[in-house]
Amino acid sequence: MADLSTARQQQVVATSPVLRQLPPASRFVLRGGPQALVAAVGALGLPRSDSPCRAVRNDGRAALWLGPDERLLLGTADAAGETESLLQRALAGMPHSLVEISHAQGAFELRGARAATILNTGCPLDLDSAAFPVDMCTRTVFAKAQIVLWRTGAETFRVETARSFAPYVTKILALAACEAMS
Amino acid sequence: MSATFRAASGGRIDRGRPLHFRFDEHDYTGFAGDTLASALLANGVHLLGRSFKYHRPRGILAAGAEEPNALVTVRRDGARVTPNLRATQVELYQGLEAQSQNRWPSLELDLGAVSGLLSPFIPAGFYYKTFMWPRNAWQRLYEPKIRAAAGLGRAPEEADPDTYSSRFAHCDVLVVGAGPAGLAAAAAAAASGARVILCDEQPELGGSLLSEATVHSEAVIEGEPADRWMANTVRTLAAHPRVTLLTRTTAFGYFPHNLLGLNQRLSDHLARPDSGQPRERQWQVRAKEVVLATGAIERPLVFPGNDRPGILLAAAARTYLNRYGVLAGSRAVLVTACDAAYQAALDLHRAGISVKAIVDVRSGSADGVLPEAARRAGLPIETRSTVIGTSGRLRVSAVRIQRLDASGVPAGPARRMGCDLVLMSGGLTPSVHLFSQSRGKLAWDESLGAFLPAQAAEPVRSAGACRGVFSLAAAVQDGTRAGLAAAQSAGITVAAAIAQMPPPETSAVGILGALPLPRGIRTGKAFVDWQNDVTSRDLALAAREGFRSIEHVKRYTTTGMATDQGKTSNINALAIVAAELDKAMPQVGLTTFRPPYTPISFGSFAGFARGELFDPVRTTPMHDWAARHGAVFENVGLWKRARYFPRQGEDMHAAVARECLAARGHCGLFDGSTLGKIEVVGKDAATFMNRMYVNAWTSLAVGRCRYGILLRDDGFIYDDGVVARTAEDRFHVTTTTGGAAGVLALMEDYRQTEWPDLDVWLTSTTEQWAVIAVQGPSARRVLEPLLEGIDISAAAMPHMSVARARICGVPMLLMRVSFTGELGFEVNVPADFGPAVWQAIYDSGQKHEIAPYGTETMHVLRAEKGYIIVGQDTDGTVTADDAGLSWAVGKSKPDFLGKRALQRPAFASPYRKQLVGLLTREPQCVLEEGAQIVSTPQRAAPEAAIGHVTSSYYSASLGRSIALALLRAGRARMGETLYVAMPDGDIPVQVASPIFYDPQGSRLNG
Repeated sequence: MADLSTARQQQVVATSPVLRQLPPASRFVLRGGPQALVAAVGALGLPRSDSPCRAVRNDGRAALWLGPDERLLLGTADAAGETESLLQRALAGMPHSLVEISHAQGAFELRGARAATILNTGCPLDLDSAAFPVDMCTRTVFAKAQIVLWRTGAETFRVETARSFAPYVTKILALAACEAMS
Repeated sequence: MSATFRAASGGRIDRGRPLHFRFDEHDYTGFAGDTLASALLANGVHLLGRSFKYHRPRGILAAGAEEPNALVTVRRDGARVTPNLRATQVELYQGLEAQSQNRWPSLELDLGAVSGLLSPFIPAGFYYKTFMWPRNAWQRLYEPKIRAAAGLGRAPEEADPDTYSSRFAHCDVLVVGAGPAGLAAAAAAAASGARVILCDEQPELGGSLLSEATVHSEAVIEGEPADRWMANTVRTLAAHPRVTLLTRTTAFGYFPHNLLGLNQRLSDHLARPDSGQPRERQWQVRAKEVVLATGAIERPLVFPGNDRPGILLAAAARTYLNRYGVLAGSRAVLVTACDAAYQAALDLHRAGISVKAIVDVRSGSADGVLPEAARRAGLPIETRSTVIGTSGRLRVSAVRIQRLDASGVPAGPARRMGCDLVLMSGGLTPSVHLFSQSRGKLAWDESLGAFLPAQAAEPVRSAGACRGVFSLAAAVQDGTRAGLAAAQSAGITVAAAIAQMPPPETSAVGILGALPLPRGIRTGKAFVDWQNDVTSRDLALAAREGFRSIEHVKRYTTTGMATDQGKTSNINALAIVAAELDKAMPQVGLTTFRPPYTPISFGSFAGFARGELFDPVRTTPMHDWAARHGAVFENVGLWKRARYFPRQGEDMHAAVARECLAARGHCGLFDGSTLGKIEVVGKDAATFMNRMYVNAWTSLAVGRCRYGILLRDDGFIYDDGVVARTAEDRFHVTTTTGGAAGVLALMEDYRQTEWPDLDVWLTSTTEQWAVIAVQGPSARRVLEPLLEGIDISAAAMPHMSVARARICGVPMLLMRVSFTGELGFEVNVPADFGPAVWQAIYDSGQKHEIAPYGTETMHVLRAEKGYIIVGQDTDGTVTADDAGLSWAVGKSKPDFLGKRALQRPAFASPYRKQLVGLLTREPQCVLEEGAQIVSTPQRAAPEAAIGHVTSSYYSASLGRSIALALLRAGRARMGETLYVAMPDGDIPVQVASPIFYDPQGSRLNG
């Protein structure tokens, strides 16, 4: 019997010089009360923060605030098992829901001075660095698709979208990038 | 033809860059910087089109967006054809091809002009009055004929090959209009540190300043020549990092919460647009504050024969001269009701045009600064006079001038004066379109004779001519004031002192309505709305026929309803109706300003949303495999699902029959990934499920599955799906493909608003899992060699159970479920592993004659078992009992969504429509889905249907057709013969159980 545990096949997306597909990641949706959310962030070695729409990160891991009771936990692809066991231990007895969605979403990075402009092709948010500073994150829309947008640097954004929407989102982004760079 | 009407010098055109272009069948030359209108005038071409209703020869009236006449079709190739463009806004490019409209066979000889001869018989409301009799002629004759004759220009017949882009933007201050007031406002706001967007519809910033003379100009702003001030201000703005300058960008709509729609034209002005470069970009700008600096539009004068080619607005002629170096004629007569037009006369005179007369229609003696300057220049001024008619077939050749008597009526001898250019100025109308669109209140200013912005409904300010501040110095000061105030309101600390609002000025007050005619004279058409051919007499007639509201007059006469939306005509029309009704202007009211300000292409609104990007196309992880294996796909919501897998020579019927037999006889492989999946987790998960779904969940053991039904609060079936309990506090809920998003939203709504006390949370896992259904008597043997750590024997893993294990080394959630009635498993693996695991199962199945099957076969197999599809066998009026599913309802539960509705007496009626099976008497006859069922054959009179067919297929396994139906009192009618009524006769059917195949269900437990 074949071992297919390395036979991962990501949704293929359109890329461009400013748009690149990010490697597979581990993703968990953690929902629960404040106690569980605080404990989880601590267990993962992340700085504590309750600020709405802000991401905290450390050492390849990140927790994105998506709602008062919801965090998106990101890590490297090989960290899924460790994340799960760390959190199960830390959250024992605390009401919460931990659900793995590593394969449910794809991620890509938009980079460059025109990154915000390119995103504004389909994203209605104000992406000026004063209004949307580094490490701000939110669930929003891009054209007709839902995305999670995280500003990871002054000129860098991480876009997470459901895997079946990734081709649509990245095709428009690639067109917009082409247009914005011309 | 040589450019004989070009001034020797001056203008903002680039005389070093000649451009060749074609209008109708003639070739001409213009210069870079020209519009089509200015280039045609430079070539002496004044005749540009035929009017809409009377086919009268028409020329160029204006120089900007307000142009009602000079509409042309610009053609690049077969698909790039844009009708109804204002020649005044079409930028010239090398090789431009334009055509006149509304004429046949040619512009000079237009046979449609016979309708002009019939014009006494085409009064206002003609259509409403005339095409009444005989009644049946409307559909056969009048309507098609009118339709063919109506409309201006032709829409392109090929698909638009261009691309369009979109952009969202935010700013502190959006300034609309880059004339003196707009430039000043943007400069002031930017200097305060505000994030500014400045947009203007023209290719160059400057607005009215672009119409000032480039030589000998006396215009001065803040102590320096206007030209230099403009250049410096534009340079400063362009260098500012927080300022976005948008030229060729029309603010076309003002929407709630300071959202403005901007249409930016990117490539229409280029001879050879880059391939791939978008043609237009639509901006949606959310502005904290808006400054409208939209200027003013000169009003035409309403006198008989005022529409001949060669009759222009005075300010337009000045623009053609100063901006484009174009002489609109050689012998000019000016007709004016305000001092401003004298500036045009002076400029034209200086350029060598012979000014034959300045006819001032006002009662005064014209002694303002500009009239005095004209006198000093020796220009003949005819005060207290008017024009009572014009002549000239394809171009004006003379006017008739008459003195006004003491009562203001033309009297005495009329003088004929030859000319080739008539310029008119009725005064300025502030452009309040956007302010009005923003729901701001307009107020009538009697002293100015204009509607001005009054109470704002949005954070918006008006500055300059659009609020009646016309003079250059005051407009700049007003712009600065508005820019600073806007920045301050946007939350920016403004260092400079903010000046008081300067009051509106009366320098440009003119005349409103029609010019007086000699007593008893009613001949000649005095046009009010050039584009829709509405005359002053039409409006007066409407008033006499009893129309009182301007909104009704507008619809009856069609004044202001053309593509120019009455930019030059509305106020004159209003004044004529007010005079006729003897009412004050505000009492008659003002028609509503609606977006778009100027016509916007459909492409601009579509943006990227066309072709393959019209909607997201969602595909499953196994999509490419299915495509490689010849699948025919169907759309299910946004998803592409494999419908069937035809082999060589098979049609759908043959492929589906083969796939059905494979699944029943051996093993079928089906992609179920699109099913919605929701993880319901928390210590109160079972309680939550009890309240949402009709079923009893507390009794569901960990490791077991149950078919769940979700009702809406009205008691009707909303969704269904198999639910697996994977832990004490965790349910894996599946939904229909189409219902996934709605079910999650419904659950989240109840969780947050009704039961916030429950410790339960929801997470969508639809796309986490690739779902591979392995169905058929060989399913177990196909899977067994691939699994680790699990026993899937009938004893260890019975029907409706769930377990976690590994398949080919990949983590798996395995459910033993069946939507086919066969032994079946659903293998859930993380999506990225889907293709590899699918292939492994397919390979393993080769010795069991495995066949991939699609949604069509899935539908047949489930119908053979009487399993419903929500949305096909239910339609939002079907209860669980109607669908024969009352066994699923947890009757002892205290409550669940929809339970109270089920107590309604109507739900207990035995006459409700119930799900049944139908067997046609003729076994090969497949009923039509949606067909109606009646109880009597060969009815003499129409009979109410007692039900309808919901699903119908040919069943290869049974060798006959089967159908599901919703039938009144259906379960009490078993064995009855009924009739499915079809256009070519009744089809007799027998009512049967909806379970056609393996009614004992023994195959499920194989």
